[in-house]
Amino acid sequence: MSRIVTPPALGLVATREAEAEARAEAGRAALALREITVSYGESPAVFSVDATFPRDSLVAIVGPNGAGKSTLLKAALGIVPRLSGTVTVFGMPLERARDRIAYVPQRASVDWDFPTRVIDVVMMGLYRELGLLGLVRASHRERARACLARVGMADFAERQIGQLSGGQQQRVFLARALAQGADLYLLDEPFAGVDAATEKAIIDVLKELKAEARTVVCVHHDLATVTDYFDRVLLINTRKVAEGPVATTFTGANLQATYGGRLASAHIDQLKLAD
Amino acid sequence: MMGAEFVQLSLTPILIGTLSAIACALPGNFLILRRQALIGDAISHVVLPGIVVAFLVTGSLASLPMLAGAAGAALVAVFLIETIRRLGRIEPGAAMGVVFTSMFAGGVLLLEQSDTSGVHLDVEHALMGNLESLIWFDATGWASLLDPAAVAGLPPELPRIALVAAAITVLMLVFWRPLKLSTFDEGFAATLGLPVRLIGLALVAVSAVAAVAAFDAVGSIIVIAMFICPPAAARLMTERLEHQVAWSVLFATLAAVLGYVLAGYGPLWFGSPNAVSAAGMIATVSGAILAIACIAAPHRRRIGQPAG
Amino acid sequence: MSTSLSVLADALLLQGGYNAALVAIGAALLGIAAGAGGTFLFLRKRALVSDAIAHATLPGVGLAFLAMVAFGLDGRSLIGLIAGSALSAAAGLFAVEWITRRTRLAEDTAIGAVLSVFFGFGIVLLTVIQTQSQGRQAGLEGFLLGSTAGMLFQDAVVIAVGGVLAIAALVALRRPMTMVAFDPGFAAATGVNTGRVDMAMMMLVLAVTVTGLKIVGLVLIVALLIIPAVAARLWSERTDRVILAAGAIGGVSGYLGAAISAAAPGLPTGPIIVLVSFALFLGSLLFAPQRGVLAAAIRHRSFQLRLHRRQGLLSLARSEPIFDPLTLRVLQREGLIRTDRVATEDGRAAAARALRDERRFEIAREIHRDDPFAHRYDGLTPIEDVMTPDEIAEIDRLVNRPLSVGAPA
Ligand SMILES: Nc1ncnc2c1ncn2[C@@H]1O[C@H](COP(=O)(O)OP(=O)(O)OP(=O)(O)O)[C@@H](O)[C@H]1O
Ligand SMILES: [Mg+2]
Repeated sequence: MSRIVTPPALGLVATREAEAEARAEAGRAALALREITVSYGESPAVFSVDATFPRDSLVAIVGPNGAGKSTLLKAALGIVPRLSGTVTVFGMPLERARDRIAYVPQRASVDWDFPTRVIDVVMMGLYRELGLLGLVRASHRERARACLARVGMADFAERQIGQLSGGQQQRVFLARALAQGADLYLLDEPFAGVDAATEKAIIDVLKELKAEARTVVCVHHDLATVTDYFDRVLLINTRKVAEGPVATTFTGANLQATYGGRLASAHIDQLKLAD
Repeated sequence: MMGAEFVQLSLTPILIGTLSAIACALPGNFLILRRQALIGDAISHVVLPGIVVAFLVTGSLASLPMLAGAAGAALVAVFLIETIRRLGRIEPGAAMGVVFTSMFAGGVLLLEQSDTSGVHLDVEHALMGNLESLIWFDATGWASLLDPAAVAGLPPELPRIALVAAAITVLMLVFWRPLKLSTFDEGFAATLGLPVRLIGLALVAVSAVAAVAAFDAVGSIIVIAMFICPPAAARLMTERLEHQVAWSVLFATLAAVLGYVLAGYGPLWFGSPNAVSAAGMIATVSGAILAIACIAAPHRRRIGQPAG
Repeated sequence: MSTSLSVLADALLLQGGYNAALVAIGAALLGIAAGAGGTFLFLRKRALVSDAIAHATLPGVGLAFLAMVAFGLDGRSLIGLIAGSALSAAAGLFAVEWITRRTRLAEDTAIGAVLSVFFGFGIVLLTVIQTQSQGRQAGLEGFLLGSTAGMLFQDAVVIAVGGVLAIAALVALRRPMTMVAFDPGFAAATGVNTGRVDMAMMMLVLAVTVTGLKIVGLVLIVALLIIPAVAARLWSERTDRVILAAGAIGGVSGYLGAAISAAAPGLPTGPIIVLVSFALFLGSLLFAPQRGVLAAAIRHRSFQLRLHRRQGLLSLARSEPIFDPLTLRVLQREGLIRTDRVATEDGRAAAARALRDERRFEIAREIHRDDPFAHRYDGLTPIEDVMTPDEIAEIDRLVNRPLSVGAPA
């Protein structure tokens, strides 16, 4: 894509119709972000990003370190305050759609020394269902174990949570998200620090989720696997560079624009890219 | 030792001490897991200004205003700590140090300046507690427990702490899941839509209520021992939160009973007729329990920490 | 009232009698040492360790009293009590470190446990003392909240000398302590023995604590170590200045507090000193130039307005709809759009300028690629502030040809 800058057509303004049209589009998507700006200090980490994640898709968010990928997810979840912008989830404001979203952070900021077992952590994913005092039935335990098994962690159910390797911990949190039975999954680098076999297992789980008509959004760093794993991609570097189907969006030019000179063209040539 | 004299002089202090220890240990479990042990410290200090202000406003030491005053002071303290931390970008420990010392200082000065001679409220008791004085005048023996007239003469601190301990237990059971969830993984709890800040504040308020109910008995500094020592020792016994809480209740009870008995009867063994401070002794015993746990408890080491 | 005011004035001007003057000077010296010494502790993020140290002094005070009486000495000798309290404070400090290192318990838990258990044990000892030697009831309670009323001349001298020694030690150790507080890793790499420096810092804190016990009291002395440091931190980003400012704030607090307390002998000294330092802290929090609340509020608001203005202008320039109410308000207030959201003449001009700057930066980023230069641009700062006129002219030359992103620069 080459962005030829056209002379600005000034004087046009927001019309009510445009506004209505934007709303309708947001309603059709699993997640729609409008004009999201987040700033931790004096300079924005995410600047005025519009992005639409259609239902029933497997989307990668790609960009260099510090590009604001994690921040964008957190803003979508309302974990960090937005300076501006709106979030729409399945056509509803975020607050009303919380139980349809599951999120796995890049680094779970938990106390690994906490007195709790792996299976207890996965059970936490059932909180929405159990509520304050709901009885834990055998079927709930079964489901939690099944989710653990899906990420290949069934044998570790009784371990204290700190007695796992980093990759195993990551998988436990994915299992907890699975237990939530959400419609929209936001995963921040689910493949970071996992071995090849696990990566395969996880992507299979994600593809299953999509097959079950759920939407999965992953922050992803490995450019070599984007085309294999995902159907859509969002490229950002503080601002949005491009979004769309992998086939048309994951191009050398867009990657150059996202990563700048940091990505040597020789390296880009080795990637499986859309043309 | 188990006769009428025991019922009159020792039964109520032991009960009050035990219930205080349990009421504090329950929220204490969560405070130490949240790395907020020192919030317990801060709370117990600001109970004093809370009580003094409540007394100055209402003119009495009735339970309700005191509980409200203390809980209010604790929330004010937390608010101030949070504000200072955020506005001044100061690390939480230091922000805490600024707030609770200043509020405590304010409480002491208020107390010294106002006329509290008519009531049982002075700085020394605020610091040291006065468990021994909570005796049951009207008791003549175990039978008094069934005598309505005598029961009416129980020190009012006892029903108050009993109520507080019961309320805390019920709250903890009802809100067990959100409490555990938000303590373990606040970010996840927030994405579930749990009001994590509110839960944190509620924990602080409940701790403050426990602290003020225990305040009469053990004063504002020894309360800290009850918040921290039994849960800390319990943490070293197990890897499951449910079990940890059970252990902490056991340790709290042990410390209170043993501490009281040692304070009252221990000096006799050394040939001294005078008892020593029961509150102080309870803290000492809870410290001893923690020390033993630190040396010998099964799960005392951090994961990955080398033995030795 | 007027008499107490004149007593206060006397005390402030050191006219309130030789003893009161000496106490005030002692408190000021102590405050300087505590403020400056506490700053290192604060910068090491270990401020509340001092609370454990302070409370852990109580058993030492009791034991020292008992020991001195047992040896037929005067149990109230301040030097003896200070020595005893230093020993038990050291034991408390050791306990905190041991628990933190050897068990899974966190430092805050260790601090709370040590603080309360040592204090509880100290209270047990105090009750023993009270019952054993009623006649010589030692007024050890004064160590809880501090009292200067009826302080002996030699006690005042001990405190003043202690303060001077602590300040001298601070001056001697300031370089290594600053290095370790600022960046322990770097300090270790340059050959500083961080363990030993930390130890020295803790000993210094301990010395200040036991010296100040009689004046401020063990419950509140931690305030004198923390509050001045926190207040001073608000005023400067430079370690040496923070230390100086903390010393000054601590000194003023100690001096004023002791003087006020001399004018009102019924009140314990510690709380007064603490409240004076808190007042100084509050002033700092509100009015400090960079980190102060007022300054920050003004900065944040102006940033937010700039952001919305910029975003709004870009939307105008790109003919995109604007939904955000604040953006609309900002633009309307500046007369850039009309109430029906149509851009005014000014608005169109400003939007064109915003878009041009955006374009210039796009090109600048092309040119500079890997250069950290690209990060200078936050989307808000006027381009003239970031680039020289020459750079802008150079860029403007390029603006006039269409450029596809990703083409070789
Ligand atoms: N809590 C925070 N406080 C201040 N700045 C932050 C914070 N979190 C992130 N930032 C800054 O915001 C920017 C975006 O961070 P973010 O974590 O979103 O990046 P990312 O794209 O997820 O990077 P990575 O690939 O390394 O995970 C970075 O410049 C980072 O330094
Ligand atoms: Mg990230």
